[in-house]
Order: sequence, then structure tokens, then C-alpha cells
Amino acid sequence: MEKREKILELLQQNARLTASEISDRLNFDVDEIESTIKRCETENIIRGYYTLINEDNYHVKKVRALIEVSVRPERDGGFDRVARNIGKFSEVTDVMLISGNCDLQLIVVGESLNEVANFVAQKLAPLDGVLSTRTHFMLKKYKEAGFQFEDDEDYERLKITP
Amino acid sequence: MMKTMNDSKLPHSRVAKHIASLPKSGIRDFFELVMTMDDVISLGVGEPDFVTPWGIREATIYSLEKGHTSYTSNLGLLSLRKAVCNYVEENYSVAYDPVHECIITVGVSEALDLILRALLEPGDEVVYHEPCYVSYPACIQMAQAIPIPIQTVEQNNFSLNPSDLEQKITSKTKVILLNFPNNPTGATLTYDQKSEIAKIAVANDLVVITDEIYSELTYENQSQSIAAFPGMKERTVFLHGFSKAYAMTGYRIGYACGPADLIDAMMKIHQYSMLCASIMGQEAALEALKHGKNDRESMKNEYLMRRNLIVKRFNKLDLSCTNPQGAFYVYPNISSTGLNSESFAKRLLKEKSVAVVPGTAFGSDGRHHIRCSYAVSMDDIEEAMKRISEFVSEV
Repeated sequence: MEKREKILELLQQNARLTASEISDRLNFDVDEIESTIKRCETENIIRGYYTLINEDNYHVKKVRALIEVSVRPERDGGFDRVARNIGKFSEVTDVMLISGNCDLQLIVVGESLNEVANFVAQKLAPLDGVLSTRTHFMLKKYKEAGFQFEDDEDYERLKITP
Repeated sequence: MMKTMNDSKLPHSRVAKHIASLPKSGIRDFFELVMTMDDVISLGVGEPDFVTPWGIREATIYSLEKGHTSYTSNLGLLSLRKAVCNYVEENYSVAYDPVHECIITVGVSEALDLILRALLEPGDEVVYHEPCYVSYPACIQMAQAIPIPIQTVEQNNFSLNPSDLEQKITSKTKVILLNFPNNPTGATLTYDQKSEIAKIAVANDLVVITDEIYSELTYENQSQSIAAFPGMKERTVFLHGFSKAYAMTGYRIGYACGPADLIDAMMKIHQYSMLCASIMGQEAALEALKHGKNDRESMKNEYLMRRNLIVKRFNKLDLSCTNPQGAFYVYPNISSTGLNSESFAKRLLKEKSVAVVPGTAFGSDGRHHIRCSYAVSMDDIEEAMKRISEFVSEV
């Protein structure tokens, strides 16, 4: 694996690791790690840093919906123009082109069920190119980005073994 | 009047001499002390901190669902022995016949006991290297043979110098017992060292027992098993298992591959004393060999990063620490603190709530060293090293 790949793999698991902490783990030079990260940021390989919050343990709970959208593809650009336009709404946090029964899959966030429903009815569905939508409200999240939201129970594990 | 158990002579006199003379494991006292304390960060654990990968656990549950709860063949499930022999051939370059040259055991611990009892007679000598896993000299003694240790040293990265080995061989020597990558030092053998040891074994007509339980966790310079060198297959018993590479310590599944006469002799003891390893464990092990590679590799990658971190931290403290090439232990030298390993470990535990194992648990020459396992999370390593650093500056 090349150095850049190893550095990105670590940052993907923990974006808060400093260059010196990465250096402790990989035995690469700190300056080299810093310049690699900088380059990844300017080259748009690193697009941002994000904090994973378990909202079940937090008083601010938002409503999230997973929305499947069927789209009329266009002669030049296929689904791209519509997907980009959908992504411009601040309510939409994720947009993916997928295979299967629909074309795009979105995640939409709002303060309430009504807010999300209104967004779909008033903004998303009427959009030029959108043929149909199917909305699934998220009820509980168990795992995201590789992180389980609940730990296993502790048990009598030995503290010293040969 | 009938004697009671309180009569002081009775309990001593009726225990067999070769058992009564066994020392208690050096870890035992320490273990009792740690159990009484809360919030201890332990670098004292000789097993992976990872839970067995879910795919393997799920296969165990499926095995129960299907009602596979019976005994298996004494040698173990043939399907598992076939998979084991394929795996050994692919990764260690030695081909074994799954019908006659492979036995599934209850961990490598049982396999080691079986082969020692199968080979040794009173007075035979077994040459092995120290520091080593706690059970080696004890198992040799239980087989009524004589343990002959060779000290491996820090200056040589705790690797075994073939000429040191040669010097210990006498007319009574029957077996050479090897464990590389090593617990507690993390040392490995180079290709050339293995080749030299192999030549010594052939020249002196000795059996080599090689405990390769940590072999998947070799980070640099991996070389073929000693069993693969010329003239060695017929005199080598290759011991391995699933505990470390697949984080399956609790399953207790190990195996031995070797010449048919020795496997057959091991099987005799195993069939009368153990019957077979548990079928759930055996089916889980089969799943590990079939689909466990990615999990195995990602755990290894994590151990490597932890090793880099902990070695760097120790060397910063001025406690010299060789860079271990395998397993998940570092074995730093603590003599610059002026303490011996037992008082270092006891005081560190009492004053900073960090548990490490004194080197004396792994051989008589361990008074300058402690074993620290890095099979613990990065956060725990950072915190433990912070506390060790404080401790070292205070003593």
C-alpha cells in the first residue's frame, strides 16, 4: 500500500489524528504526513472532516429520511444535472446514483416529519426531471461509517494472562 | 484416629514428586493482585483484545442451529484437517497428509503436552530457549524429562543463536523446542538461523517442535517454517492454532502436523485423555480458514501500528526496547530505573494502576525486563505509556 493510502485509511477511521500521531503509528516522517494531507486537501481527495454523532444519546434529534428518486436521464449528462440540483438543497445531506429500481438515493434531514414531507412535496417532487419519489423515514441507526452505535456488554475478561 | 487434611505432612507427601516440584506460574500472584483493583490499564494480557470476527462467531451459532453437537473423530473433523493441511502448505511450504499427519487439539497447549509426553522418557533432555512461554519447562517436567534452557539476549534481539543451541546438546538431548515469533519477546528467526538450526537437528538426529502460534503476526522478514528445510519434515512437529491470528483464544482450537508415527502417538494420548476438541470450535476454525483472511489481515495491520507506537514511546523513556518483528509483545529493559522487574511491576501497578508482567515469569533471567502486550487499544497504550513515563521519572 502506498503511503498516501495508509494515511487516508487512518484519517477515515479518525479524522482528529494529528500528523505526529499518524507518524507514531506508521513510522513515516511528520513533515511528509503533513504535506501529504495538505496535498490531498488541495487536490480535493479529502473533501471535509465530519463528526459522527449518536443522536440516540443526544437531546437534539433530527428527522431523517432515505428517499429513492426516479429521474428522467438527459441526452447530455445522464443523471448528473438533476443530481447536482437536488444536492444544492441544504436539506439534502447525501446524494448517490444507484443501480436497481430507482436512480438516485438521498438522505434528507429536517426538524420534523412534516418538514421533510413538505420538502419532498414542494421542492423535490416538482423538480424538472424528477419522475417519482419514495420516502422511507429512518427509525433507528445501528451502524454508520464502520462505527457500531452500541458497545457489547462487558464480561469477566482476564486482565493478566500468560 | 483418622488423619485430617490439616495434618501438615499429608498433602505434600501424596502429590507426585515431579508435580510437587513444579513452580507455580509466576503470573499467578500478580493476577490475584490485579483482580483486587479497579481501573487498571492492563498491558498484561497474552491474548488479542479483539473479539472473534463476527463471521466466525456466526458460523459457530449456525453449527449449533444445525445440531452439530456430537463428538468428532479423535483426530478432528476431516474437513478441518484438509483445510488445515492446505493452509499449512500454502503458507509454510510443507505438505502434510490430512489423514495421517494432522491432529486437531484443544489449543497448542494440549498439542505441546501431547507431543512431549509422546516423545520423552525419564532423563531425556529438551533444549529450549528462554525467555519463553510459561508452560514450556513445566510441560517438559510433567513428561518427566529435563528442561535445558538457552538464554536469548537483548543484544541479539532475543533471537536464538544456533551455536548457543549446539553447545547445549548432549547424548541425552532428544528434542529442540522453538517458539518464534516469541512470547514474551516478539523475536523471530531469520532464514539463515532456521537453516543452521535445521542442520544441527539433522546432524544430531533430534526432533524439532516448533510452536508457530504467532506466525501470522510476523511484521518483517517472514521466512518459511523450519519444517520446510531439507531433512526436517520427517523430524519436525509443527504446532499451530487459531487463537492469535483469528482472535479465537476461548475456542481452544489448535493443531499439530508432523510425521505419521508421532501424530499417531499423540492421538493415543489425546483419545484417552481428551477424546476430541469441541465440534463447535472445530467448525468455527473451518470458517476462519475459509473466510477469515481479511479480518486476520486487518487485525495484523492494527497490531503493527500499535507496535510502532509503543516501541517509540519506550525508547523515548530511555528504557531500551528492541523492535519486535512478530507477536504482540514488547520486552523492554528496565534496569536503568534501578528496580528489578518484580518490584517495577508491583510498584507500577500500585502507584499508577498499570499492569505489566515481570520478565521473571518467563525465565530465571528476566529480572531486567518486563513484558508489555500491545494487544490493547491505542488509547490504552497512550495512557499506559504516559503513566509509565511518570512512574519512571519518579523512581
